[in-house]
Amino acid sequence: MAVCIAVIAKENYPLYIRSVPTQNELKFHYTVHTSLDVVEEKISAVGKAMADQRELYLGLLYPTEDYKVYGYVTNSKMFRKLHNSFTDVMCNPFYNPGDTIQSKAFDGMVSAMMVQAS
Amino acid sequence: MLCVQFLWILSEVQTSYIVSSVGHMCLSTVVMAKVLGVTCAGDQSLFTSLYTSLAQQLPKEPMEWRRSYGRAPKMIHLEANFVQFKEELLPKDGNKALLTFPFLHIYWTDCCDTEVYKASVKEDMQRWQNILRLHSSVDWLIVVVESDAKKKNKTNILPRTSIVDKIRNDFCNKQSDRCVVLSDPLKESSRSQESWSSFLTKLRTLLLMSFTKNLGRFEDDMRTLREKRTEPGWSFCDYFMVQEELAFVFEMLQQFEDALVQYDELDALFTQYVLNFGAGDGANWLGSFCAPVRSWNGLLLRRPIDMEKRELIQRGEASLLDLRSYLFSRQCTLLIFLQRPWEVTLRALELLHNCVQELRLLEVSVVPGALDCWVFLSCLEVLHRIEGCCDRSQLEANCSHTVGLWTYATEKLKSLGYLCGLVAENGPTSEDLNRTVDLLAGLGTERPETVNSMQSPYKKLKEALSSVEAFEKHYLELSHAAVEMYRAIGRMRSARLVGKSLAEFYMRKGDPERAEGFLEESLRLYVAEGWSLQVTHTRKQMAECQKLLRQTDDYLQTSALLAGDANLNQEERTHFCQEILSFASQPPGPSDQTVALSMAAFAQLRQLQFSPPGAVVHVGAALQLELRVRCLMPVAVHVGQLAATLHFSLEQGGARGRAGSSQRRPGQGPQGQGDGVVLFPQGSPLSGAGCSLTPALELYEMQDRSPSDSSLNSAGVVCKNVHLLLRRHDSNASLDTPTAGVLPAAVAVDDGAQMLRARDVTLQPGDNSILFTAPTGEPGSYTLRQLCGSVGRVQFVQSHIYPVVQYEVYSQEPQLTIEPLSDNLLAGIPQRVKFTIATGHYSIKKGDALQLSNTDSMPILHSSRCSATILSSTGEHMGERALSIQSSEKVTSISLPPTPPYHTLEFQLEVLCHIPPAPLKLDSERLTNGEVRHRSKSRSHADSAMIHIDQKVSIDCPWSIYSTLISLTFYVPFKAKHTLLSAGRRKYIQVCLQNVSDSNFHLADPVLVERQPTTTVELLSLNAKRQQLVCSQQSLFCLWEMRWAKDLPPCLQCEFSASFVPISALDPPAAFKTYRYEFQLDRVSTLYSVKAEICPASGDKHCRTGTLCGLEVSITRQAEPSETEGEEEESTEIEGLKTTKLMYEVVDNSSNWAVCGKSSGVVSMPVAPSATHRVQMEVMPLFAGHLPFPNIKVFKYLPHSAAQVIQPDTDSCLENDNLSLLDKGLDDQGDTASIRSRGSVHSVGSGEQQREQQRGLPMPRLEPFSPGQVFNWTQGRQVLVLPATDDHVMEVNVT
Repeated sequence: MAVCIAVIAKENYPLYIRSVPTQNELKFHYTVHTSLDVVEEKISAVGKAMADQRELYLGLLYPTEDYKVYGYVTNSKMFRKLHNSFTDVMCNPFYNPGDTIQSKAFDGMVSAMMVQAS
Repeated sequence: MLCVQFLWILSEVQTSYIVSSVGHMCLSTVVMAKVLGVTCAGDQSLFTSLYTSLAQQLPKEPMEWRRSYGRAPKMIHLEANFVQFKEELLPKDGNKALLTFPFLHIYWTDCCDTEVYKASVKEDMQRWQNILRLHSSVDWLIVVVESDAKKKNKTNILPRTSIVDKIRNDFCNKQSDRCVVLSDPLKESSRSQESWSSFLTKLRTLLLMSFTKNLGRFEDDMRTLREKRTEPGWSFCDYFMVQEELAFVFEMLQQFEDALVQYDELDALFTQYVLNFGAGDGANWLGSFCAPVRSWNGLLLRRPIDMEKRELIQRGEASLLDLRSYLFSRQCTLLIFLQRPWEVTLRALELLHNCVQELRLLEVSVVPGALDCWVFLSCLEVLHRIEGCCDRSQLEANCSHTVGLWTYATEKLKSLGYLCGLVAENGPTSEDLNRTVDLLAGLGTERPETVNSMQSPYKKLKEALSSVEAFEKHYLELSHAAVEMYRAIGRMRSARLVGKSLAEFYMRKGDPERAEGFLEESLRLYVAEGWSLQVTHTRKQMAECQKLLRQTDDYLQTSALLAGDANLNQEERTHFCQEILSFASQPPGPSDQTVALSMAAFAQLRQLQFSPPGAVVHVGAALQLELRVRCLMPVAVHVGQLAATLHFSLEQGGARGRAGSSQRRPGQGPQGQGDGVVLFPQGSPLSGAGCSLTPALELYEMQDRSPSDSSLNSAGVVCKNVHLLLRRHDSNASLDTPTAGVLPAAVAVDDGAQMLRARDVTLQPGDNSILFTAPTGEPGSYTLRQLCGSVGRVQFVQSHIYPVVQYEVYSQEPQLTIEPLSDNLLAGIPQRVKFTIATGHYSIKKGDALQLSNTDSMPILHSSRCSATILSSTGEHMGERALSIQSSEKVTSISLPPTPPYHTLEFQLEVLCHIPPAPLKLDSERLTNGEVRHRSKSRSHADSAMIHIDQKVSIDCPWSIYSTLISLTFYVPFKAKHTLLSAGRRKYIQVCLQNVSDSNFHLADPVLVERQPTTTVELLSLNAKRQQLVCSQQSLFCLWEMRWAKDLPPCLQCEFSASFVPISALDPPAAFKTYRYEFQLDRVSTLYSVKAEICPASGDKHCRTGTLCGLEVSITRQAEPSETEGEEEESTEIEGLKTTKLMYEVVDNSSNWAVCGKSSGVVSMPVAPSATHRVQMEVMPLFAGHLPFPNIKVFKYLPHSAAQVIQPDTDSCLENDNLSLLDKGLDDQGDTASIRSRGSVHSVGSGEQQREQQRGLPMPRLEPFSPGQVFNWTQGRQVLVLPATDDHVMEVNVT
């Protein structure tokens, strides 16, 4: 189960970010932000090596002692669900691409994917 | 047979193995030499002689190794470890050792003597076989070595086959391949080589077969053991040893991949157990791994096999860290064999993370900091190991693989430093020191491998923990190394994060100067990428740093940003707000200036509303601006003054005076907002990054038009927000960034400039509305530039207000316009015109009046009831005032009601423009009244064109000493035309009156009178008495017969008049007005009458087409020319008879007739009444039916005169030309004449000739008669023409 889910715009600002143990929110934000280094690296590597074969799975990005950060994984159901929900958000005519995501449906879906805070 | 047997026991194998592996590496070579165990029995000396060749030859050729479970086949080189056969070597039941397992048993013999064989060898073999059978070993081989030397010695040699056959017969029951012959192995013959080759192949095959079989059995056993793992008493360590044996075997065979797989399986199995334990499913054997951690001396990767740890595992005494360390060291070794050092680093990081997690999961008690030590040492050990097997360039190219370990080591060292009080400003306490001692104790003694190394991880850690200075040195060294590596591979975010960690370190050390740079870098990144939580967090650290550094301005700016930061709680925000407010309220010192801060942190502009919304007002008008501001402060802030500076520009339009509000579409101010509202773009703090990084281009079209004719000079595109786009992103000049240094001097607010000002405003958190009154003293354009809120010593400044907000103040001259209410003003009928006075800056006082100069042609019809409407500048209805109008002879005076400036006064008046008696002469100008000019111009564009009259009115306005000339255009609704009609001697006058206007009229009483009435002529009306309706574009015809007593006057001046009244559905019927039309008729009386007769060809009753007919024309003089007419008509006297020359011409324009032969001629008419001249001509009808007669034209024929020759009248020239032709060749032109008459007479004779004649010869002249002077009887007559009888061409026209 995920403890933190973030959707990042291509300009590297967060479109959506949510983490479950809220007291550690800042730490998660730092972690997610730092792992963008690896995302950039992997994306540019993909761009160079195989331009047409767009692999969405970036795999393990940034292992830390406590958590592992994965980049967009299509081959697991979890990320497919996230992607579908994200697509729905993008299809909303009232959503302005680039704005932070405030969709309740998306939020609910993300909550279902997260560790249930007890 | 004597057998010298040497035995290797298991422990010996192991010992030699270990001893050789303790020296650096080369495990593979040591083990490989003794890969597969093979025992040798029989003739030992024989074997010894062959051993060297055998050992060399066996591994030379690879064998394909087919494997079970669908694993891919591999080529392997087999090597054997030949040992002497001994019964103890054979494995007993249950012994799973693979390493020492004898895979093949060989019996060597060179016996060639049957006797000997029977005597001893067979027996020995039998014994050997029995032992093997006893141990159920089926992998054996008997080698019979033959040599020629031996054969020669023996006399009773049996054929060699016999011995082999015997052996095969005795031992190889159905397995004849178990006995091979090796011929002359020590000779260099081809036979020998062939023999060797087949022997080796056999040996390899059998060896591999045995190996595969036994390995398979081993693997099966191992799997069985693994399946028992759920049974109580199962031990992971035991299983570990078994599987590791397999790994060793693979490693010996240089199958490192397979060896690695064994360790990875063990790794995964163990990991799964730990995870299951975490899930509550604990296995008993895990208990041994849960022992408290007592030693944390890190990984040891310098030995291929860490036998100490292996023994611990074997004894079941290993701790979790021991097991993990051992496992990883083996994996590391294999990975390096496989030349995958970077996988080692990745796996190492994973391992370290994993171990920390596992210890936590298993709830193993660990001394605080112990794991940090273990991780730190391990990281460095891995890095050292990798450095040991790669060169520098390789390392640098693969920073991305090692940097994680560097960072991890740095983090761990940092946390150790914090734990042991090495970061505190005051150094470690005694408690810290105790803790340090405990930690160092857990490291144990340094391992022998690194004792002599200066840079061992062990030494580093010990040194770092020894003192504050040493710690700092090591920590900084590591941090900087990590930052450098991150920078090198472009991972800026990671570099910044390490940098921020360094900043925290410096702050703890009380060194804010060095922390500032790192914080600033990080903050800039987070702001740029829009990560608000990081921004807030870093900003808080920044505030702390700036406060320590006493950077008041920066601190206040940061505080302002934090006070408005939604990520902070109310308490924190209030704290930062109070920091600003308390500074602001301090009395300024002598050197202190006010501090300017960015408005963006303090408040956001939301919207600005103009009232009136157009944002265009006249001088002195009230204009209010309502500014809506969202205050971001957590508490109410009292702002001493909120001011917006205005940039004033004397715009051209403003200076000249606007033509009025009608030019500007209402409500469309400079802002382009319909309702006068300017909305400021909102950058929400969260999504601000993406937007603020690259603001969207705002482009506007620009067109530069020439002021005179508004033609386009140039067109272009203007970027309106260039100041946002082109500013340097890294510059601190922008007030938006909190790190801004000193603000630009431009911020200083000039009190002298015009500004919007609001004093003593209290801004509540959230939206506030502030009302400004805009200065409108001078005409021009006012642009809002800066916004500045002063709170004590602090000023919040917004240096740009974007989008541009501006308003305009204009000054206007008073203006009078007069415009018709309808599209066209019609002359002759009262028409309404609208007077509009835009007062502009002039205020109409009581007694002010408009003086209109009266004109006769356009009187002003004023009624007593007349009122004016006053409108405000915004078009609001202000009221109605009565208007008094006095008319004197010369002027009409309109007294205006008092009207304030910048208002509009509107009223309507009726005017009437008299229709001047038509026809009007072109450009006739008449000055009326000395100054009023009445000019009318008749333009006839088309048949419906109306005659229009431009009526100028001169008006004296109270605000000007000059008269205003206003032109009104009236259109005459009618157009009249007269015609003189004749019937023999009787005369009629027809007048056609056409209504050219768009209105309908009633016409009545058409009257035609002589202007100077004479008794001689009587005009008899033939018109209807009643009213006639004349619709738009229709005509009315009126007819009068002229009767006269004796002589007609040569000239008749008439005046036509008719009464008309417009028909209007709305207005009550108005009074009839009179339309007059004057005209003059000259030469009215009939001088000649022309009669014509067409006679069919002789013998025919009717004319037929294509047949010549006779045309007889008779011209009869009706009256003697009068005095005046006689002058015009040239008469000549020939032999006492006075004659006048006439020319006649028969022309048929409708192509019904062909005039054959002569078509024209000149006749002399005697000046006597009823003188008749007859002319005979021939015509031919071209069509059948009732054909109208051909035209017969009669002209005056005037002989030449000098004056007339010069006259270059082309028409008369042509006529001359015709005449000369006609005169000369009337008879001899029979064939062409008809053609000529049908076509054009003009075509004959070239232009050249004409001109010559024109110049040289005096030419006679033709002059037409006035209408009515010649009466043509044949006008309208028709003659019946029958079709030709022999028509063989029939024309049928179907339409």
